[in-house]
Amino acid sequence: MNGRWLVEGYATGRALVLDEPLSFWGGLDPSTGEIVETGHPQRGEVVTGRILVMPAGRGSSSSATVVTEAIRAGKGPAGILLGEPDDIIVIGALVAAELYGVSIPVVVGSPAGYAAIRHGDQISLAH
Amino acid sequence: MNLELEPGDRAVLDGQHGEGAALAMRLVVKMAEVAEAPRLRDITQAHIDSCLYHGQAGLDFAERLLAGGAALSVPATLNVSSLDLLHPELVRLDDDARDRAKRLMDTYVAMGCRPTWTCAPYQLPLRPAFGEHVAWAESNAIVFANSVLGARTNRYGDFIDVCAAITGRVPDHSLHTEEGRRATVRFRIEGVPDRLFDDDLVYPVLGHVLGRRVGNKVAAIEGLPPGLSEDRLKAIGAAAASSGSVALFHAIGVTPEAPTWDAVAGVEAREEVVALTDLRAARDELSRVPVGAEIGAVSVGTPHASEAELRRLAGLFTEARPRVPFYVNTGRAQLAAIGDVAGDLAEAGVTVVTDTCTYITPVLRDIAAPVMTDSGKWAWYAPSNLGVEVALGSLEDCVRSAAAGIVIRDGALWEGR
Repeated sequence: MNGRWLVEGYATGRALVLDEPLSFWGGLDPSTGEIVETGHPQRGEVVTGRILVMPAGRGSSSSATVVTEAIRAGKGPAGILLGEPDDIIVIGALVAAELYGVSIPVVVGSPAGYAAIRHGDQISLAH
Repeated sequence: MNLELEPGDRAVLDGQHGEGAALAMRLVVKMAEVAEAPRLRDITQAHIDSCLYHGQAGLDFAERLLAGGAALSVPATLNVSSLDLLHPELVRLDDDARDRAKRLMDTYVAMGCRPTWTCAPYQLPLRPAFGEHVAWAESNAIVFANSVLGARTNRYGDFIDVCAAITGRVPDHSLHTEEGRRATVRFRIEGVPDRLFDDDLVYPVLGHVLGRRVGNKVAAIEGLPPGLSEDRLKAIGAAAASSGSVALFHAIGVTPEAPTWDAVAGVEAREEVVALTDLRAARDELSRVPVGAEIGAVSVGTPHASEAELRRLAGLFTEARPRVPFYVNTGRAQLAAIGDVAGDLAEAGVTVVTDTCTYITPVLRDIAAPVMTDSGKWAWYAPSNLGVEVALGSLEDCVRSAAAGIVIRDGALWEGR
């Protein structure tokens, strides 16, 4: 699929498809990579090493630090595929690249391509 | 689209103002490219959320900036942290967590930020005027600045907030532009009895529905009574920015940019209708504890209680006394502003928490029993953050419930009676 690159890089992994937007802050434990948001359909799933496929970010402006901290701790996703651009996720990934040299690609998928992805699909993000 | 940089921006990028400023400008420029913004624009001030400790990464970033000689180009206020510096005994963090949080706070103060420690910078003297461009972080502050003050800020988050303060520049797009502030959702309240708008509880609940329905879109709410207080508008925005990513809402006939629907109507706006049944369902989604259930504590003041709210709370406690621990979160500036009323609150048995908030750091002692709040934001985040069950009610409900030790809430109006 074609997409718009927000943060360049390379990643491969199995898709973790979120049925609802996720606020990383309050919704992701950066020390374990587990989704902990109450009532979230994917609560209990672990993002580590997965291609996180999510419609959008949501909520708190603290989320960027949680993204960076999860990446620093080695518990972040391998890459993120979004339904629409999200500044807060991008800045979190960029700071991880600046501080730790770990690049997590962030891509906005085309609507058709995004919709075709199923939970567990093997996905490569390559610029 | 190509981003046009001014010579001054290039100089910063090239490191002429030091490594810290160059890092900040690199990130601002990258954000502009992501947003496909045509240019950067000046801001007059910033509100910084990065001072709240979420892990080593936040500290690494701040220390990198400071070591690189970064200084602020515009005044900046600081959001809450995980410590209460005025009442340190209230926060039960271990020494290591406390040291790290303090180190992060000190780093931002060393950069020149003002030690305001509040999530409600719009309650401070520095608050921006109508039409002023600012870079604010903290979701409730963002939505308040845009919606209630008519100032202009995008949804800045951790890291980019301080980068904006250092460079004095932000990508010029979205909510900084006329076009980006137009409503693409017409959010109509229909068939809700007028008297329900006298109940403070309707505002966080309405905000919760707004966030759920519109996500990150700009909505114009139709059907709110004119002359709504800032505190009620604050409650709408804080809830909407929790359940959704709402950064600006208009309220027709209420908020400054929206005298009429036509004044803010975007092209091809879609319509959402909110009825009494939707409000009831939203209230019950946030408030999972039944009326009559025992509670273990009450926490109000999320976002930080205003001076008016603190005075009202003290008034409500002139006769009643809480049987369970009762906390109110507020800013140190608000606490100072109420003078002797602080003593009245203490005498009534109310614990005042400053500089932080009860849902982001361990303050509550007993979370086995449900906690009652008047905040849609607290009700949204506390179950995940603290693992606590929540009951939602108005400030009056919270006071009465605290006195009785059980959830008290009159639902008659909500049933349409």
